[in-house]
Amino acid sequence: MNAPIDGLRTPSGGLVDRTRRISFSFDGRSYEGIEGDTLASALLANGVHLTGRSFKYHRPRGILAAGSEEPNALVTVSRDAARVTPNLRATQVELYAGLIAESQNRWPSLERDFGRINDLLSAFFPAGFYYKTFMWPRKAWKALYEPVIRRAAGLGRAPTHADPDRYAQRYAHCDVLVVGAGPAGIAAALTAAASGARVMLCDETAQFGGSLLADGGALIDGLAAQAWVRQAIESLQSNRRVTLLKRTTAFGYFPHNFVGLNERLNDHCEKPPQHQPRERLWQVRAKQVVLATGAIERPLVFPGNDRPGILLAGAAQTYLNRYGVRVGTRAVIVTSGDDAYQTALDLKAAGIVVAAVADLRPEAIGALPEAVRQAGIEVLPASTVLGTEGDLRVKAITLGRVEAGSIQPGQRFECDVVLMSGGFTPSVHLFSQSRGKLQWSDALKAFVPAVSAEQERSAGACRGVYDLGDVLADGAAAGTAAGEPAATGAAQRRFSVSAPKRGSESYLGVLPQATSPSGDKSFVDWQHDVTTRDLALATREGFQSIEHVKRYTTMGMATDQGKTSNLNAMAIVAKSLAVAIPQVGLTTFRMPYTPVTFGSMAGTSRGDLFDPVRTTPTHAWAQARGAVFENVALWKRARYFPRGNEDMHAAVARECRAVRNACGIFDASTLGKIEVVGPDAAEFMNRLYVNNWANLGVGRSRYGILLREDGFIYDDGVVARTAADRFHVTTTTGGAPRVLGLMEDYRQTEWPDLKVWLTSTTEQWAVIAVQGPNARLVLESMVEGIDISAAAWPHMSVARGKICGVPMLLFRVSFTGELGFEINVPSDYGQSVWEAVFAAGRQHGITEYGTETMHVLRAEKGYIIIGQDTDGTVTPDDAGLTWAIGKNKTDFVGKRSLDRASMKAADRKQLVGLRAKQPGVVLEEGAQVAEKPGQQPPMILIGHVTSSYASSVLGHSIALGLVAGGRARIGQTLYVPMPNGDLEVEVTSPVFYDPTGARING
Amino acid sequence: MLIIDCPYCGKRPEIEFSYGGQAHLARPQQPAQLDDQAWAEFLYMRTNIKGVYAERWRHARGCGRFFNALRDTTTDHFLAFYKTGEPRPTLPAQHERTT
Repeated sequence: MNAPIDGLRTPSGGLVDRTRRISFSFDGRSYEGIEGDTLASALLANGVHLTGRSFKYHRPRGILAAGSEEPNALVTVSRDAARVTPNLRATQVELYAGLIAESQNRWPSLERDFGRINDLLSAFFPAGFYYKTFMWPRKAWKALYEPVIRRAAGLGRAPTHADPDRYAQRYAHCDVLVVGAGPAGIAAALTAAASGARVMLCDETAQFGGSLLADGGALIDGLAAQAWVRQAIESLQSNRRVTLLKRTTAFGYFPHNFVGLNERLNDHCEKPPQHQPRERLWQVRAKQVVLATGAIERPLVFPGNDRPGILLAGAAQTYLNRYGVRVGTRAVIVTSGDDAYQTALDLKAAGIVVAAVADLRPEAIGALPEAVRQAGIEVLPASTVLGTEGDLRVKAITLGRVEAGSIQPGQRFECDVVLMSGGFTPSVHLFSQSRGKLQWSDALKAFVPAVSAEQERSAGACRGVYDLGDVLADGAAAGTAAGEPAATGAAQRRFSVSAPKRGSESYLGVLPQATSPSGDKSFVDWQHDVTTRDLALATREGFQSIEHVKRYTTMGMATDQGKTSNLNAMAIVAKSLAVAIPQVGLTTFRMPYTPVTFGSMAGTSRGDLFDPVRTTPTHAWAQARGAVFENVALWKRARYFPRGNEDMHAAVARECRAVRNACGIFDASTLGKIEVVGPDAAEFMNRLYVNNWANLGVGRSRYGILLREDGFIYDDGVVARTAADRFHVTTTTGGAPRVLGLMEDYRQTEWPDLKVWLTSTTEQWAVIAVQGPNARLVLESMVEGIDISAAAWPHMSVARGKICGVPMLLFRVSFTGELGFEINVPSDYGQSVWEAVFAAGRQHGITEYGTETMHVLRAEKGYIIIGQDTDGTVTPDDAGLTWAIGKNKTDFVGKRSLDRASMKAADRKQLVGLRAKQPGVVLEEGAQVAEKPGQQPPMILIGHVTSSYASSVLGHSIALGLVAGGRARIGQTLYVPMPNGDLEVEVTSPVFYDPTGARING
Repeated sequence: MLIIDCPYCGKRPEIEFSYGGQAHLARPQQPAQLDDQAWAEFLYMRTNIKGVYAERWRHARGCGRFFNALRDTTTDHFLAFYKTGEPRPTLPAQHERTT
């Protein structure tokens, strides 16, 4: 404040290069940092603490931490309109020249934020406020509450353009995956690699070393900590069986030692290399995993603990020792243990005034406190914090003294930073994701890994081992054990360490206060603005499980998943309920550890590569004819073939008339086809399908229906018997895989004694449907070896022959109600045969048609489409298909279910035709059907429309629907309620066209 | 993603398989003989235990075969894989206890 801003950078030290100055912008203002900075360290070097507004109260917030646990300093970093990444932690954003960052959740600016009024009105925004307030009136949610809340609660903005970058995905296998490259992780990687194992070592930051990078004075094996790190990494690098991954977050731990890593390759580059993917998703299968994920310093909970300038003590030490940045000029340190005393010494040596060290312990004794006193810094044991002052930056702190259980007012110190240390919380996130069991440690006041569920071991601070010598030994032991799981009693690698002993004294919950806190808020969860009062309210209102308290208060549910807040929250809830912390329970840690981009997850599965595309043999022909395609399962199917300026309606009307009056040609190759072969093929089909197959002659086909055991229609299709022991089964386009799966299930697991084999032949056959009164005229001169005259070859005949010299399986079948044939030829001949048939049909008026016309034609005949006119609750009788069920069959899949009383009830929804009284009105598919007109919601509804089209052939619209007791209602008038009133419909037979079937048999 | 040891092909990642639900549920020989209650038991009732569960898998994107597995639902660890039709293997006592 008083010192010049550029005085905040120390003249030397740290892992930064002071000769390389880098300019960047934050909220539109230009700043200068240096190479090696993060956005956070560069801002702090410029005296900028204020980096965000809090989520709910819009309170000014500053940088709290130095790593991925940062809850406050969330920024949006953008390179251009398409490369906008919100919600990045400024502590993890590496600085590059020209970096553009913006703060979030503020309007119009960070300094003057309108939403701050929420803080003043906070009495009206208690925990559960949203649940209690925005429930009523229901209509207001969409119109009023949601838009306002969404604007107020913005966490960054999404990019407006499609992501132009490439994201790679890679599978990897290794013997030992080490997560975290601090002292424990490096030691583990060294010993695992020494055993000859294939090792992967990853770290979420840009430099290996973890806490050693911020360590001022430790010596390992006679080397300064950072030199030791360099040497260790060089030795690992020279080992070809070791893979080192920087900027790589292990974000998820999945069963069977499957770990997801997210590597960020060039977000730190001024100009990302063109050839490189932006991120790489590693899917690692490790034989053994060593978690060395470290620990996170625990903040302290006291009134006004969220002002900008209030940081974790360890973070201040990191900024100083690693980045050469003084976080302020005059500091007060509040601590529960010895660790922060080292910070005090480091800060003082760097020229920062340390006004006082306030120790929460009744006495501050030992080497470090003594050294601090020696350095002339005031040490105040038995302290507490009663409050802080300052608006956009902390400017003073008022301490209290705990004397014989009561709180006495203490000194007030002016300062521009407050550094707090409540001990450490082991990072057990990944361990917990792996389903390992945690155990509460009273000594550490934290949960630590107890029982592993996977081939995994934790090492170092993430299991509560803090002293550097112990951490290195722990890591080395874990690496040895992981590298040689079979070996026991292997000699352990030892490290000689000279470093100050680190304590593990932790503090949990709220600092002692005189009365029940009534002054400023004490924050527990910075990112979601959860205070001690919110937690108290939740327990007062009866929430006892931490999982419920969490959801009610949203504690720990922000993007940081409560990395800094969970344990304090648990302690507060436990105290409020007067139970031990383990009894409150533990919230579940879920992946991702830190947010992972959608790009990384999607990888190359976008655009044309999102899903495989299946095309039919005539696809190129249809494309050349200008077909409009639709997606059916993975298939591209020609929907209609517009000519000139025709729209779909006009094209479909023309195509329908052509089929009904002359002849149409249609590509039905997408039909699923399964060859059922073997001496027991007929028996197998009999057990599976509802039909009787025993009496189906060779050279004949039949419409087959397949049920599930629950009696509902699963699939349908024409089944032909091409030999005594061979059936050609067709299925719906989308149903082929699941029908084959169901068939295989019964064949393999229920009836393994049957001699029958199943082969999918969907892709082997091209199917060309030729339909219409002229169909025979077109084909009779082309078909070789089959007499297809009406007398010789009735409807549903099947035979092998040739066409254009190509072997063919010819069906006489119809899904249009017209005289029809389906030519099956090997797929490779599909297009040439199609073109030959089309050429031969010219003189008979042949017209290509698409799936939309096919739908209209089949609906005119009342033929159902599975999944459109059925929905998994429709029986054969509901669909009017009882005639298909084989008489006298004692069993088939689903038969027993059809005998249940409810499956025979007269008021079941049955398939009927629905004809709108106004012939031009095409009902909406999915519209409801009512018996009584003029109803107000809630209406009594008796059915719904399943298929609906304009029929140019009939001159009026038609629809199919499922209506309760529908067949008994034929002739009745029913009502389809629509926003503008009821539409009158008449219930009819589902067969609108040629009810006697004269044409199909022509 | 689980590693599944197909008895016919060996260890493969889960994406090659489809899940087949509870194992050892035989379709009744004569469904018509069953009353509604007994048929509904077969049709709908499944166990959902915390512990060792016998379940079916199909190597759908591999050999196509169905087979059975014993999986501890609390850890997702497989304890045995065996072919359809083979009896459920006996496990060491510490596992059986949880069934």
